[in-house]
Amino acid sequence: MTHEIILEMKNITKIFPGVKALDNVSLIAKKGTVHAIMGENGAGKSTLMKTIIGIHQPTSGKIFFKGKEIIIENTNFAINSGISMIHQELSNIPHMTVAENIYLGREPLNKFKLINNTKMLSNAKKLLNDLNIFIDPSLKMSELSIANMQMVEIAKAISYDSELIIMDEPTSAITEAEVEHLFKIIKTLKENNVAILYITHKMKEVFKIADYVTVLRDGKFVATEEAKNLDNKKLITMMVGRSLEKMFDKETTHIGKEKIRIENYSKNRLFSNINFSAKEGEIFGIAGLMGAGRSELMETIFGVRVKDKGKLFIDGNEVTIKTPSDAIKYNIAFLTEDRKKTGLYLMHSVQDNMAIANINSYIKHGLIDFKKIKSDCLLEKEKLRIKTPSLDQLIMNLSGGNQQKVLISRWLLTDPDILILDEPTRGIDVGAKAEIHKLMILLAKEGKTIIMISSELPEILGMSDRIMVMHEGKQTGIIERKDASQEKIMHLATGASLDSFNENDYI
Amino acid sequence: MENTKKHLKYKHIISKYGIFFVLIAMISLMSFLSPSFLKSRNIINIVRQISVIGLIAYGVTFVIISKGIDLSSGSVLAVSAVIAASLVQTPDWAAKMYPNLPVLPLFIPIIIALSVGALIGLINGSLIAKTGIPAFIATLGTMISIRGFALLYADGRPISSLRDSYNFIGQGKIFGFPVPVLIFLIMGLISHILLKHTRFGKYVYAIGGNKEAAFVSGVNVDKYLMLIYSYAGMLAALSGIVLSARISSGQPGLGVSYELDAIAAATIGGTSHSGGIGTIGGTIIGALIIGVLNNGLDLINVSAYWQQIIKGIIIIGAVVLDMRKNNKRK
Repeated sequence: MTHEIILEMKNITKIFPGVKALDNVSLIAKKGTVHAIMGENGAGKSTLMKTIIGIHQPTSGKIFFKGKEIIIENTNFAINSGISMIHQELSNIPHMTVAENIYLGREPLNKFKLINNTKMLSNAKKLLNDLNIFIDPSLKMSELSIANMQMVEIAKAISYDSELIIMDEPTSAITEAEVEHLFKIIKTLKENNVAILYITHKMKEVFKIADYVTVLRDGKFVATEEAKNLDNKKLITMMVGRSLEKMFDKETTHIGKEKIRIENYSKNRLFSNINFSAKEGEIFGIAGLMGAGRSELMETIFGVRVKDKGKLFIDGNEVTIKTPSDAIKYNIAFLTEDRKKTGLYLMHSVQDNMAIANINSYIKHGLIDFKKIKSDCLLEKEKLRIKTPSLDQLIMNLSGGNQQKVLISRWLLTDPDILILDEPTRGIDVGAKAEIHKLMILLAKEGKTIIMISSELPEILGMSDRIMVMHEGKQTGIIERKDASQEKIMHLATGASLDSFNENDYI
Repeated sequence: MENTKKHLKYKHIISKYGIFFVLIAMISLMSFLSPSFLKSRNIINIVRQISVIGLIAYGVTFVIISKGIDLSSGSVLAVSAVIAASLVQTPDWAAKMYPNLPVLPLFIPIIIALSVGALIGLINGSLIAKTGIPAFIATLGTMISIRGFALLYADGRPISSLRDSYNFIGQGKIFGFPVPVLIFLIMGLISHILLKHTRFGKYVYAIGGNKEAAFVSGVNVDKYLMLIYSYAGMLAALSGIVLSARISSGQPGLGVSYELDAIAAATIGGTSHSGGIGTIGGTIIGALIIGVLNNGLDLINVSAYWQQIIKGIIIIGAVVLDMRKNNKRK
């Protein structure tokens, strides 16, 4: 059976300021097939898809659609050309009805150019019925469950009658039954000669529905294979198969007594029954794929969220942490994952950004002791080698790496015993990355406990003394440094258990 | 290289102090058009005229920096005015509100009025922090209810015949300076120190700049929101005392739409409604610009109607300039 090529991407490169997100990637999609795109977090999957739908423009490279070279200027252009996308993040308008959401921007009009609500409703009803999705289109979006919202998104993408549909992790928010339903829909689409690009982290799905698999790694094209020629192990090897040459010289540190212990930590829908402990001088890594609940777990430990159940011990004593200020009192620091959203005050100076978590110790007679702040901040600036013309510079003018260093020094000023670092080197350049790694080792040597979340396997393997792996809110295993390998972590991160791991499968 | 650096610095100064140059330009223009404008008596007069709005504007500056808004200040002013006035009526006045009230030391009515203002602010802050309703709605509600309370308290009538010692707050002079001007300057200094030199102030900026980041940094956001609105309420109450003392009467209809003038002053002075940015110095300049405009246009006989039109245009212009400045940074 031969399938006609509908989309061809040639040598696509996308450079964001300071980061090469896609490096010379090529991809072919054929009519009537499902083509899975796989890779670790940050491999460039979503970025590649966003260049097809017109959210990003490639820095270089060509896109051919139905044999003709096209430049996809924006999402509208893509939709009009016959390309639609189911986005990973839900992008609906909660106060509008299901029908209004589906037909947003292309509402059927009556002869007075007013919106024809009756027609819109009946169109929506027919669309949903045809897909066997039984949702009343006159309901408000906000009245639906998350899974139903996702089904509406799927219906919406299909309603454009597109010839190419991109699905970015469409099953991350839906239940098993709905996944089956989606697969039926995908089968019908295939029969109607629609091409589907399907991003997923789930191996099971790939082997169930994909005809082709393309693997990306660090923004680079690795390979495209027919799915029938692949198995679990081959695929994992393709995804992680980078050489370990660039690895870090992790110096051995003296690992002391237990500092922090979590027992049966649970939070409804996010994670359940998590148990681990970390010791003084230890770097404890937490690995897992998107949606594993790693950040949510750390946020809960730090008091950003409130736990449902579980116990937290520091130095062997049970403590209660309800807010971040409680956590700070127990000398815990938390470098959050999303620098811009929960870290930086973009419009404020480097110094203000640095001192904010530690203002308490700079109060003298009720007033802020700016001299002390300045000298402390200067010291940190030197220690972390933060590149900024002055401490008065607005932080938005610094590079990502230097912003991250400022945030780290914010927490170092509070002299913490436990540092939780969530993706400490995401989106920063290689030089700054190495410096942050050195700093982490230095801090561990001082006897501090470091808990690090990272989606980059080399970083997790290179820095951690022990590694906990999570999958969809559950811990699937804790591995000692000497026993850890990329394959083993990926094995656990995709939901398999440690017992089922066989080293020989991967050689 | 050296040149561009200088050029950048020059541009930086213009953008940072732009609104100050606008004030200087307006003062130059006015003094050119009217010879009596620059006389020290007129200058002091301008500051006296803006002192009531200015006091409210200090509090509003805190509120706006925290990414909020306070619409209740005008009503708080009225409540404070009638409460303070009712407690400082002359002993021999026949129509006293509290006929058997002994002559209280002056500080007691003042403390009571200020506390009521702070309490209303606390209600605003608690509503915003604890129920999560937008500041606009919370303070719109209190604005309406508190105005009603002022009318109820005074039975809709002015409370007059106030003691001279009280009237001194609005009409007296110390070393040739009107007392309202001194209060305005002293509270300006205190507000500046609070905002720039205390933990409270740092947290105001942090909450407005990035509320989530502030929370993660260990800031008790709810508590500080309550403090911010309480401070704004207290200042609005103080302006009520000054105004009622100035006109020797506590009237429940005082201060209608003063909150908008105060918001205008803070906005012209560069306080950003996106939060995280603003200074007391800027607000003083903003209030002065409004004052110079009113006074100067009066002196050269421009009608009050035109004054209003011009004032509106200046507010929009100031914000447009500010936005452009911020956009360039991105």
